[in-house]
Amino acid sequence: MELPVREEEKNIHSEECYMNMGPQHPSTHGVLHLELKLDGEVVVDSIVHIGYLHRSMEKIAENRTYTQFIPFTDRLDYVSAMNNNLGYCLAVEKLMNMDVPLRAKYIRVIAAELNRIASHLIAIGSFAQDLGALATPLFYCFRERELILDIFDEICGNRLTYNYMRIGGVQFDLPDGIDKKIQDFIKCMRSRIKEYIDLLSYNVIFLARTKDIGVLLKDKAVNYSVTGPNLRASGVRCDLRKDEPYLVYDKFQFDIPVADKGDVWDRYNIRIQEIEQSLRIIEQALAGLPEGNPTVKVGRIHKPPAGEVYLRTESPRGELGFYIVSDGSEYPYRLKIRAPSFSNLAVIPELIRGVKMADVVSILGSLDIVMGEIDR
Amino acid sequence: MQPDKIFSLLKLKFSQATQEGSCGAVVIPRERLLDVAKYLISSELSFDNLHCITAVDRQERIELVYIFFSLQARHNLTVKVYLTPDDLKVESLASFWKSADWFEREIYDLFGVTFRNHPNLRRILNPEDWKDHPLRKNFSRSDFIKKERY
Amino acid sequence: MFTLLNLITMLVVGAMILGFIAGSSMFLIWGERKVSARIQSRLGPMRVGWQGLLQSVADAIKLLLKEDIMPTGVDKWVWQLAPFFAAVPSVMAFVVIPFGKNLIVKDLNVGILYITSITSICVLGIFMAGWSSNNKYSLLGGIRSAAQIISYEVPLILSIITVVMFTGSLSMQKIVEEQSKYWFILRPNLAVAFLIYMISALAEVNRTPFDIPEAESELVAGYHTEYSGIRFAMFFVAEYTNLFIISAVAATLFLGGWQGPVLPPVLWFLLKTYGIVFILMWVRWSFPRVRVDQLMSFTWKVLTPIAFLNLIISGWILVR
Repeated sequence: MELPVREEEKNIHSEECYMNMGPQHPSTHGVLHLELKLDGEVVVDSIVHIGYLHRSMEKIAENRTYTQFIPFTDRLDYVSAMNNNLGYCLAVEKLMNMDVPLRAKYIRVIAAELNRIASHLIAIGSFAQDLGALATPLFYCFRERELILDIFDEICGNRLTYNYMRIGGVQFDLPDGIDKKIQDFIKCMRSRIKEYIDLLSYNVIFLARTKDIGVLLKDKAVNYSVTGPNLRASGVRCDLRKDEPYLVYDKFQFDIPVADKGDVWDRYNIRIQEIEQSLRIIEQALAGLPEGNPTVKVGRIHKPPAGEVYLRTESPRGELGFYIVSDGSEYPYRLKIRAPSFSNLAVIPELIRGVKMADVVSILGSLDIVMGEIDR
Repeated sequence: MQPDKIFSLLKLKFSQATQEGSCGAVVIPRERLLDVAKYLISSELSFDNLHCITAVDRQERIELVYIFFSLQARHNLTVKVYLTPDDLKVESLASFWKSADWFEREIYDLFGVTFRNHPNLRRILNPEDWKDHPLRKNFSRSDFIKKERY
Repeated sequence: MFTLLNLITMLVVGAMILGFIAGSSMFLIWGERKVSARIQSRLGPMRVGWQGLLQSVADAIKLLLKEDIMPTGVDKWVWQLAPFFAAVPSVMAFVVIPFGKNLIVKDLNVGILYITSITSICVLGIFMAGWSSNNKYSLLGGIRSAAQIISYEVPLILSIITVVMFTGSLSMQKIVEEQSKYWFILRPNLAVAFLIYMISALAEVNRTPFDIPEAESELVAGYHTEYSGIRFAMFFVAEYTNLFIISAVAATLFLGGWQGPVLPPVLWFLLKTYGIVFILMWVRWSFPRVRVDQLMSFTWKVLTPIAFLNLIISGWILVR
């Protein structure tokens, strides 16, 4: 409701102030530069500047063999590196029409889902910290993430950028005793999810900061090509693991959590529920793990036939797509990485128009972007 | 809907459409791009999700690749537009699909293709005062070294 | 008549109080770090001294030895005076804190009124720091803090008036002596007043969930962004001294001050005060932060009406 402007107020000189958030800022999730035009506490307009982490990976790919590019895919979305590896390897395998041993498929599913849990833990922890719950949820989430990183350390020797999947399989087989560790982790994680829900999800202050804020309507989300948990929070039931199953996802039973309002709380809650569903998938995958040799011969130079392929997989942030054009040689002719956070971030200027400064941080945290894959 | 049926529907409406490549991409001339976009978004094909726009530099031509998905009908389509290297202008699709906004900015930044009627055509990944277009095949700088082929 | 004895007594008592403040602040800073660490499943300071007890001493020495940087473009006198306006009122409030039966510097007969007036000056210090720093983030922090503190004074004073009604006197020692039979918190309307007091006091000293002026994730560091070294240390010490004062006032008004059976009165007082301090620290590390407009609407639409209602009901109980 607008009050009529009085005569005295018309003579008061008020300015809108321009404020920069970032690129170095505690809560922009990387090097993101938001230029905000503020009227007091309210954001009137905003401009998004990206490109501070641009490492020209697509140009580099034209100069590397297909196997040599796998470590580069780790560094795209560095928080969930296994999913990037997976997307790239699946795209190259489709280009070459190559089949993967069944044990490798199961191991890939286990690795990808474990990494999905790790990525969502970071999303939840840093989101709660941006809201002001000074590091306590962050420490709890990282405590669980340490368990996952220890498991990955045993499997492939790395904690963050795994370089684990290969074209045609994986790098190493699972070591002995790892399934007991994963079972213990699943049990521990289930009890900790209850803890998160008790502490955070229904806390009055948390609800007041997140309910009805940053509402993303369904048709706007689809038009902006928003994907992943953000799209599912707006009411669209769409998950590539169910719609176009790749690897062995069609053998497992799991649900797709969908919310209907599309506000910040829904996006957060969907991530918590997805952790639970990933735990179910890992359990079933471990139970059904077949025998065999999932590794590939080292040192083979792949020369796919000339052609092109576009393959998308469901990464924790949305649909990660790889478009590869091959001219028959051992280097790709063109490699395009369609990053989910790139399209998710494009919604920000519309979402933060007319909200207060404190909500900008909240909305940005709920979209869960990683600058590594936006800038490539 | 099967890809052949989609292509035959498109061919009925736009006679210059051809099919190419292993991907089954539909090639349309650049002047008909807006009409095709209008048809794709509003007809029963209902391609409401423009998933990715990219470009490939094939030396003698630059191909613009548009990848569409439909959430309701669960089918997909790849549309290609060929541009000659001396005339890199094409209409922008940002008025139909908002996701095209940033993809087209990226192609302008990396390939030099100008999109007419784009709301905000500026460089997005490189700095604003960058001079050339990196992903072209004729890109050369003193510190860019092409590796030996095997 | 003002004699040499008076002068020596004043100096000795002043030194004792300042010594207590310094020691207590260092202990509270260490306590906060340990409590927060245990809540976050980590250990906290462990190396400097047994269980890290001397960590605060090490930090104080470090802050004292830092270079004094004054940014260009600040409003010189205002910027230099701001830490004093924040720290000095906290020290002045110690005049009427009753540590024991006769352990009070001066039992002013307007005791509690004196405390609320003096601590209101702290908002001047914060606002001066925010304004003079020539920095958009600090200005936002100063403005938010001024609005917050002034708004939360209303329910704070209303809840204190409720207690004063039951005592009939503003003097701190009288309030403690009135609770010799049973503590004020055991009366239901005064328990409600205790809750209102605790919430308002948290907002007065800018602690989470009301620490918007120092909201790290939005404003980098809020109103004390541009301060370093000993000036920052003054803000820091002022914050923990304020924390002690509001807990001491809560212990005096609602929990019976230094009253208690076996142990000496000073020990009871310190136990109650530090107990409330522990609960406030626990709250800090468990909740997210409220937003500025939600803060304002909470105090004016919820807290103040409840405080008024409580006051009226208490009045009716007394008259009955």
